Amino acid sequence: METVPIIPAPEAKIIIEDLNLFYGKKQVLKKINLAIPENKVTAIIGPSGCGKSSLIRTLNRLNDLIPEARVEGKVILDGENIYDPDVDPVVLRKKVGLVFQKPNPFPKSIFDNIAYGLRFGNHKKSEEIQAIVERSLKQAALWDEVKDCLHQSALRLSGGQQQRLCLARALAVEPEIILFDEPCSAIDPIATAKVEELIHQLKKDYTVIIVTHNMQQAARVADFTAFLWLGELIEFDRTEKIFTNPKNKLTEDYITGRFG
Amino acid sequence: MKTSIKKSRPSHKSQLTEAIGFLFLRLSVSLVLIIILYFFYDLGRKGYQAINWPFLTQAPRHGMTEGGIFPAIVGTFLITMITALLAIPLGLGAAIYLNEYARPGRLTRLIRLSIRNLAGVPSIVYGLFGVILFVNFFKFGTSILSAGLTLGLLTLPWTITASEEALKAIPDSYREGALALGATRWQMIRTNVLPYAIPGILTGAILGLSRAAGETAPIMFTGAAFYLPYLPHSLRDQFMALPYHLYIMATQHQAIDKARPIAYGTALVLIALVVILNLTAIIIRGKLRRKWRH
Amino acid sequence: MASIKKKGPLQNLKENIIQHIFQLSGFLAVIILLSILALLLSTAVPAFKEINLKEFFTSTRWDPTSPEKPEYGVLSLLVSTLFVTAGALILAFPVGLAVAAYLSEVASPKIREILKPVIELLAAIPSVVIGFIGLNLVGPAIARIFKLSNGLNALNGSLLLAIMALPTIISLSEDALSAVPFSYVEASLSLGANRFETLIWVKIPAAISGIVASFMLGMGRAIGETMTVLMATGNARAFPHGFLQSVRTITADIAIELGEVPYYTTHYYALFALGLMLFIMTFLVNLVADIILEKQKRMLS
Repeated sequence: METVPIIPAPEAKIIIEDLNLFYGKKQVLKKINLAIPENKVTAIIGPSGCGKSSLIRTLNRLNDLIPEARVEGKVILDGENIYDPDVDPVVLRKKVGLVFQKPNPFPKSIFDNIAYGLRFGNHKKSEEIQAIVERSLKQAALWDEVKDCLHQSALRLSGGQQQRLCLARALAVEPEIILFDEPCSAIDPIATAKVEELIHQLKKDYTVIIVTHNMQQAARVADFTAFLWLGELIEFDRTEKIFTNPKNKLTEDYITGRFG
Repeated sequence: MKTSIKKSRPSHKSQLTEAIGFLFLRLSVSLVLIIILYFFYDLGRKGYQAINWPFLTQAPRHGMTEGGIFPAIVGTFLITMITALLAIPLGLGAAIYLNEYARPGRLTRLIRLSIRNLAGVPSIVYGLFGVILFVNFFKFGTSILSAGLTLGLLTLPWTITASEEALKAIPDSYREGALALGATRWQMIRTNVLPYAIPGILTGAILGLSRAAGETAPIMFTGAAFYLPYLPHSLRDQFMALPYHLYIMATQHQAIDKARPIAYGTALVLIALVVILNLTAIIIRGKLRRKWRH
Repeated sequence: MASIKKKGPLQNLKENIIQHIFQLSGFLAVIILLSILALLLSTAVPAFKEINLKEFFTSTRWDPTSPEKPEYGVLSLLVSTLFVTAGALILAFPVGLAVAAYLSEVASPKIREILKPVIELLAAIPSVVIGFIGLNLVGPAIARIFKLSNGLNALNGSLLLAIMALPTIISLSEDALSAVPFSYVEASLSLGANRFETLIWVKIPAAISGIVASFMLGMGRAIGETMTVLMATGNARAFPHGFLQSVRTITADIAIELGEVPYYTTHYYALFALGLMLFIMTFLVNLVADIILEKQKRMLS
């Protein structure tokens, strides 16, 4: 179906054009057209299996890892199509950070987890690295809790702390866009509130995209919301519009809890 | 009429067949255990009498009716080193390819089929292959080098399989996490996969080497010597090895009564070596696994 | 804003080189397997310049060192190999399956944790040590029981090979039994079958392909085993008529004669022909096991 772009191109950080995604013969995403605004929080909602996670994984080309995955269409980031053959996915992924659904700290110390992404690329001095680690942990509101145990294993942190650690780790490589793949599905409500608060602060400096199956969460944190259903983009609009006055019947049914 | 669900009569026959059936299973297990224990008991008892410090540190004397097995221990150690140098890096390389790079397809299937079949090639066929390739074609002669390389090829399918198991055990979230932070594929493997797979790789490698160290047929014609009055000086020398020495002492020696205790001693040393290597592997696995848990 | 374009054509060179090195080491397995086949073939073929192919396969007389008329009939060796292998499997299969069933059905997790390493330990005993035990322990026992002058015969070989095949049969059969979906078991138990009946009539039939594969792999191991049979079967070059008779297998013959044969003679080439036969036999047996296991995997997934 046609979606009228509501974001004018100059304000869009990412423009998705006619994006199809296949896993083998199965089509997971169908002709997605979407413009993601810069320095805003965009939520992607929809019932599980609708292709939300697959969609954000096309934005940092993590789907490249799946042997049978095939992408058609364009994803234009700052004027460059990230699926052009001369694009280096490694550089792309530094620019587009991802926080995973399940906290996935590496079995290293807290410090080494944050410093991990700094090893690739330009060599940095150790004071510089220390400064970045501190700054990232502060940005992720974790510094006060861990500043005395930076060299302990990150696996000893609680689930919520681990998720903030993963955010700090993503921030350390200085991305411009941060993708959240259902970041709160594996942590408790208090930790969830902290992460949502962080997301709110992040949009000053970053373009944020968050996948969630939790509609209240989308309503709380997002400026814009996209509703995905069976691999199709049904509706995209300002969040309050989607939740108060959706254009599409399917969106309304989903929002009001009739399915999903 | 109602049937009682109490254990007594109605199911009596059924209970009996189950008891008899399970008894048969238990007896089979006991039989196998008794065989294993008796083997170890017999070797331990008779081998123990032969083993003392000079037995482990001296060369054979008086036409191998006296003295020790030191040269055989050295020889087995040396060929196992060559085996390790060939089989561990190549095995790891192949495993990294299969688990980290290979996409499903004909080529990958062919490689896997080859590995499984290599593991089933009889050890004496590896011996024949070593004679043609290393002894004659590469002109390494009958030597430590030829025998070690032959054993290396024989061990390769095991080290590949073990390394791949170790790599498979690393969760994909480590890989995705690293890539999402801008690591290239090799950076990801080097920094966020291999370090955690090493315990498993090491365990598998040690188990593979312990099997290689006990092999006889592949080294019989590629370099193992009946008796050498000196220790090998170079990789091109022949050598004595524990399994071949055991074979010789058990079957090829005229003075059976004098040779038998030495054979028992050799067998016990060989078994001890294998058991120690196996235990080491298990301990390494346990230790390194615990390291990052807390 | 930083561009996400590649910096130059050389940028990924290192990555590509590394990937190709790994690919090559993966492909090495194929190369080794093919070169084993090629070298065995090329060294075996010259044997048939002098040996009649028909005689090779149909004659029971193997006497390559005879000064008057060397004979190269492989039939006795081949039948001996199959004979000893068959004996081993008849002994090992029921016991192995029973142990596997015990491990998956009866044993508590604790007992399983003790038993499995013990059985692995059995697999770790070098074959020359098993042969040595056959020579010094099993042989004398057989001689006493059957009142023979010595116990070096086919039975001894079969007994030892059975013990060596056990770990393979046990571990693969147990995997197969454990992979049977629990819903089958529940269904059977709820129909009133006891646990042993469920094992016999539901689990074993459901796991049959894995069990057959374990049998085949055990067979492959028994056919190719050298040291054990070399030390335990007496190595008489005769057509086997019974288990209490001394026999010589293909593997044992290679082991005995390769050490003394002058290189590049017909006899030398003939030994490689034996090796080639052995390679093809075990290859086929393993291939069948492989196909069965692949099928099973596809059915379960």
